[in-house]
Amino acid sequence: MFRAVSARLLQALLVMLVVAAVSFVMFRFVGDPVAMMAPETATVEERQELRVQLGLDQPMLQQFGLFVSRIAQGDLGISYRNQRPVAELLMERLPATMELVLVAVVLSVLVGIPLGVVCALRPNGILARLIQSSSLIGISTPTFVTGIVLILLFSVTLGWLPSFGRGEVVDIGWWSSGFFTLSGLKSLILPAITLSMFKVTLIMRLVRSEMIDVLTTDYIRFAKARGLPKNYIHYKLALRNALMPVITVIGLQIGALIAFAIVTETVFQWPGLGLLFIQAVSFVDIPVMASYLLLVGLLFVLINMAVDIVYAIVDPRLRTKAA
Amino acid sequence: MMTKSVALKLGRSLPPLSVCLSGGLALIIIGGAFLAPWLAPYDPTDLASYDLMNAEYPPAFVEGGDPRFLLGTDNQGRDLLSAMMYGARVSIFIGGGAVLLSAMIGVFLGLVAGYYGGKVDALIMRCADVILSFPTILLALLVSGLARAVFPQAASAQWAPFILIAALATHEWVQYARTVRAATMVEGAKDYVRATKVIGLPARRIMLRHILPNVMGPVLVIATINLAGAVLTEATLSFLGVGMPPTYPSLGTLIRIGNEFLFSGIWWIAAFPAIVLVLLVLAVNVVGDWLRDRFNPKLRARS
Repeated sequence: MFRAVSARLLQALLVMLVVAAVSFVMFRFVGDPVAMMAPETATVEERQELRVQLGLDQPMLQQFGLFVSRIAQGDLGISYRNQRPVAELLMERLPATMELVLVAVVLSVLVGIPLGVVCALRPNGILARLIQSSSLIGISTPTFVTGIVLILLFSVTLGWLPSFGRGEVVDIGWWSSGFFTLSGLKSLILPAITLSMFKVTLIMRLVRSEMIDVLTTDYIRFAKARGLPKNYIHYKLALRNALMPVITVIGLQIGALIAFAIVTETVFQWPGLGLLFIQAVSFVDIPVMASYLLLVGLLFVLINMAVDIVYAIVDPRLRTKAA
Repeated sequence: MMTKSVALKLGRSLPPLSVCLSGGLALIIIGGAFLAPWLAPYDPTDLASYDLMNAEYPPAFVEGGDPRFLLGTDNQGRDLLSAMMYGARVSIFIGGGAVLLSAMIGVFLGLVAGYYGGKVDALIMRCADVILSFPTILLALLVSGLARAVFPQAASAQWAPFILIAALATHEWVQYARTVRAATMVEGAKDYVRATKVIGLPARRIMLRHILPNVMGPVLVIATINLAGAVLTEATLSFLGVGMPPTYPSLGTLIRIGNEFLFSGIWWIAAFPAIVLVLLVLAVNVVGDWLRDRFNPKLRARS
């Protein structure tokens, strides 16, 4: 058990080190940080001073060490474009993305699991076939097309829901939330549906195949032979066991959703991390790009690790395999 | 050998109707795209062929349309049908190129990792793990974003396709490498491979001539499914503005352009390219799914 967890920790650490190295290389070698950060009127001496202050005169390995220790203290540098600390920018944008991802995850679970169960219980029924074919359309439609269609339908034609922005937000400490105002909730609907669409398909297909597997096991056949009520067999016995791997996948998908939110946020002009990143890419704002990578990498690694460790605790078979 | 056995299996029973239709549809779109220079009424990449005066004509079958432009024109007066045919060509070229490049890298690294094992294997597979820790779209954005920062011409029509291919392949090779590695380990333990080792053939020859043909089946299936994914990811990057430039648009770029005009009632610039994109990806997915179930039931779809 200890070995499995420590191996996992080591791998997580390795991933973070690689991510940090990539952001360091971006920061250090893509363009000249001094030229980007110094005001245009700066003298040669001032530039030299900035160079020393940034530690750019030190040996490379030491610079990397300095870079890592600065990050650990929460200093992510200054955005080239808006001349503000990157950490501040990220913190401002984080709540918007997190709320969007949270709602999208809940939505995809609430829709995906029942659809998967329907498909598994009657694999050859009309309903199951219908769901299966629409799921193929679901995975073949790019997120941005889904978003555009929803905007055309619900904002432009029907005028029911706003097509961009977050609406009014309420500040709770440093967290700005759109959950407590009507316009905030209304603005959330279309982006959340768009973001969840892809994952609904994934969860549905997974629940379906897991459930079909479980339904053919001996204990389910035995339960049927004993004449237990159908609902009890399907939902209490089969679904519970089918959901184990599904929970893992959902956990892992949260990280992917954070990254995937880039597309949804662009379509809906949602003021989250993804929009910040895509603007940084088009302005070659390296500190923001590098920090976004670090933050998403960290979230990804933390989530993956938590899921793996929880799983190793719950399922003893995995412990020996991982070790 | 390989193609013969595939043909035999295909011939045994005709695939279901939906697969035949999808295959036909994919062939029509791909065919139309590749024959664009001969079939398309105009050349959208030729600046002299279009005129700003013709901008924003609706499709010919809608009121106010011009019979010269069957599906209307875009904001610069380009014939949309021609732009779409050329655009689909760009999309398929990039998608296909990415699949080819990632398959080549993946098969090579998978063979090496599976054949030699040990430290080489560990190194390659750890790299694969790190790459798998990131979603495709993020990695692709990063690679194309960095390429632009280091190398300003990267955004030009001439270089953008190759940057995009590289950006997509950075993530996708992992899947091939993992599959080929596993298959190579199985094959490597079989008698025929041991025999080739005993008679002293060089490792390169054993890998390429003896193991490779026996592990290619799953690679072809993954490639089909990946083609759909690669076309989608390219469209997404172009839509986000880090893909193909508007002067040499792919389907994703056309949708991006159309998206800006959507609110003023000019729906066709975004709608037609989007329909073609979805149909193409759907058709390839249906065929890929069928191939996967048919030739390799154990291979599970990856998100």
